[in-house]
Amino acid sequence: MHLGRVMGSVVATERVPGLDGVRFLIVQPLDRASRPEGDTLVAADGVSMAGPGELVYFVASREAAEALPERFVPVDHAIVGIVDDVHVRPLHDEEE
Amino acid sequence: MKVGTVAGTVISTINIPLLDEHRLLLCDLQDVDGNASGYTIAVDVVDAGVGDTVLILDEGSSARQILGLDHGAIRAVVVGIVDELVVDGHSRPLT
Repeated sequence: MHLGRVMGSVVATERVPGLDGVRFLIVQPLDRASRPEGDTLVAADGVSMAGPGELVYFVASREAAEALPERFVPVDHAIVGIVDDVHVRPLHDEEE
Repeated sequence: MKVGTVAGTVISTINIPLLDEHRLLLCDLQDVDGNASGYTIAVDVVDAGVGDTVLILDEGSSARQILGLDHGAIRAVVVGIVDELVVDGHSRPLT
């Protein structure tokens, strides 16, 4: 799982069966110090409570399909939790 | 599996049910030479603490097996605390 920041949402009424009712959010993946890293992606919202700007964590690949109440939905990324707080000690060679 | 170092904890009260009673550790991953190579958030089942060098499993079916689940969005689990790393015959200091 990795940290991410919710940047927005995607509305797509025309979708494959199995995705009905799935909420899509735009997520910016973050590095260990919660700084943006890599390209944004669209993730299914597994907790259906994540709002814009929130710090979340998400899972990728097959496990994402297991994150939604309705099992085995065809998604490749899914938010599995909202971060209340994250304490990370600095990397030894990184001034923080 | 990968070797990593526990860098911190992730506190979360709103999450998918299966993660409810599990501690989440943010772990820096390292390559064979000990250089940082990414991180992951893993479920802790060995009571690892910040600073511990740990063994991290990152594969779904084994993770579910460890947690005794048939299904579930779980991949990364801290499965061991490393006492010693021997690389090319030399014991490498744990960061």
